[in-house]
This record gives sequence, structure tokens and C-alpha cells, in this order.
Amino acid sequence: MKKIHIKWWHIALLLCLALALLSPLASSSPDGLEKVAEDKGFIEEAHEAPFQVIADYMFPGIENEALATILAGLIGTAGIFVITYGIARLLRVRKKQNGKAADQISS
Amino acid sequence: MHIPDGFLNVATIATTYTVSAGGLGYALRAARKKMGEKHVPMIGILAAFIFAAQMLNFPIAGGTSGHFLGAALAAILLGPWAALLILACVLILQCLIFQDGGLLALGANIFNMGMIGSFSAYFLYRLTTRVMGDNRRSMLIGTFIAAWASVFLASSACAIELWASGTSPISIAFPAMAGWHALIGIGEGLVTVAVLSLVTVVRRDLLAMERI
Repeated sequence: MKKIHIKWWHIALLLCLALALLSPLASSSPDGLEKVAEDKGFIEEAHEAPFQVIADYMFPGIENEALATILAGLIGTAGIFVITYGIARLLRVRKKQNGKAADQISS
Repeated sequence: MHIPDGFLNVATIATTYTVSAGGLGYALRAARKKMGEKHVPMIGILAAFIFAAQMLNFPIAGGTSGHFLGAALAAILLGPWAALLILACVLILQCLIFQDGGLLALGANIFNMGMIGSFSAYFLYRLTTRVMGDNRRSMLIGTFIAAWASVFLASSACAIELWASGTSPISIAFPAMAGWHALIGIGEGLVTVAVLSLVTVVRRDLLAMERI
């Protein structure tokens, strides 16, 4: 069997990061819930967050809005991949330790 | 449809946090039991795709936009508990880092988009493919129905919470939320069908993972 070093999810992750590059193209109109809150007059009941990290998907301190959004998108996309991959990996390890038959590693 | 803080009252916050925490606890147990080697990268990729796609608001009508949810895509590929886990991780990150969705409303957001979204999509997909047969056409139709309904029902749950919190009467909140999200759900259906079609063509084997 031919050895393949590039796995499907390496390419998929690159595609997801490429998708994040498109984030400045997103519509800035209010979403469904915001629109309803505006129309029905309860939008002002929304509170500001007690702290802000990368609020509204704009990396702070960058003047160019498109760049700030792209950076936020790349950080979020890469970050959530690492977090969920890590959680899944930990749950997988625990399964092995539980002594159940490990299924074949073939991915 | 990320609810900010200020829209929900204490009873609704407590109830939705309790239900979501219980659901997540069960999801972790289910995932620990069934997690296979192939699930690991799939979970990461679905979460990354859902995060990136949720940033891409698309215009619908009347100066309103919608965005992809992803609960149906994850539930069809990996099962409802895995989908809940993925959506919860995405929503927690969006809440803590990107200030999208309130801290106190996080339980409600996980309940609406994670639980209602994933489970309604999973059961409607299963129902459609059972009724119409296990072929490509019924899979695509089932996917569209599941994706549309996941957004519609999640927004309905949101409307009920707004009503229960005294923020907006049900006769106003429900038609408004359901109306907009009936349109946004069409976008959800199209994107979910497109992604699943791509997976079918490129890596059919990834469709055959054990559902969690």
C-alpha cells in the first residue's frame, strides 16, 4: 500500500481556514434575533459583556477592519480545531484505558 | 440567534443552564464510550468549519442576515450527542472570546442551537431516510428537511424563552422569530446539502462512522 502522509483532514482544515479568510465579506445586517429585537423594541435590554477579548470578531488594535476580522476568524477557526480535537483525543484515550477493544487506527 | 445577556430572566437562565449542563454531561459519557480513532479529526474539522461558516452572515431579506448553524451537518455525520458537544464548544468559545452570545444566556444558546438543533435534525433525517429508503435522493431530501427544521425549531425555542422571560409576548416573538428563521433555514438546508454532497463524492467512507 502506498504511504499517504497528507490526511483528508489536513486539507479540510486548510479549507476551513480559507473560509475564515472570506469573513470580511459577511453581511453586516442584523441577524434574525437582532432584527426581531429591533423591530419589537427590546434590543435596548441587551447588556454589554462584562469583559471583551475579541469582541464582535474584530481583533483589537488593528485599524483595518477587514484584517481585524480575518485575524479573528483565523484565531477562532484554528483555536476551536485545537480545542475540540484535544477533547476528542482525551475522550479517546480514556476509552482505551477503560480496556475496551481499541478499533483499528486507520485514519 | 445568539441571545445576549439581558433578554432572559433568572428562571429561564437557571432552567436552560441546568438542562444544557445535564445534556453535555451525557454527551461526554456517550462520546467516551463510542469515540473511535476516525472520530477525532472529524470532530475537530466539523467544529472548525462550523465556527468559520457561522462568521459568514448571508443577507436574506428586509435588511436581515442569517448565518449557518451546523447542528444538522454535525448530527447527520456524527450523531446528536457528538453534534451537541461540537456546538457547545463553538458556542462557549464564541461567548468567552468573541462576546457573541451572553454569559448568562450561554445555557439557553447551547440548549437552542446545540440540543434542539442537533436532536431535531438527527431524528428528522433518520425519519426521512427510513420512510423514503436508503438512497442518495432520500439522503439529500432528509438532509435539507433536517437542516431547515433545526434552524426553525431552535429559533422557536428562543422565542419561547423570550416569552417565558417576559421580554416579548409569544404572539409577537414567535411569528417574528419563526418567520425570519424559516428563510434562514433555507440557507442552512442548501449549505448542509452542499457539504454532505461534497463528502459523498470525495470521501464516502466518512459518512459511515458510528454515530455518537
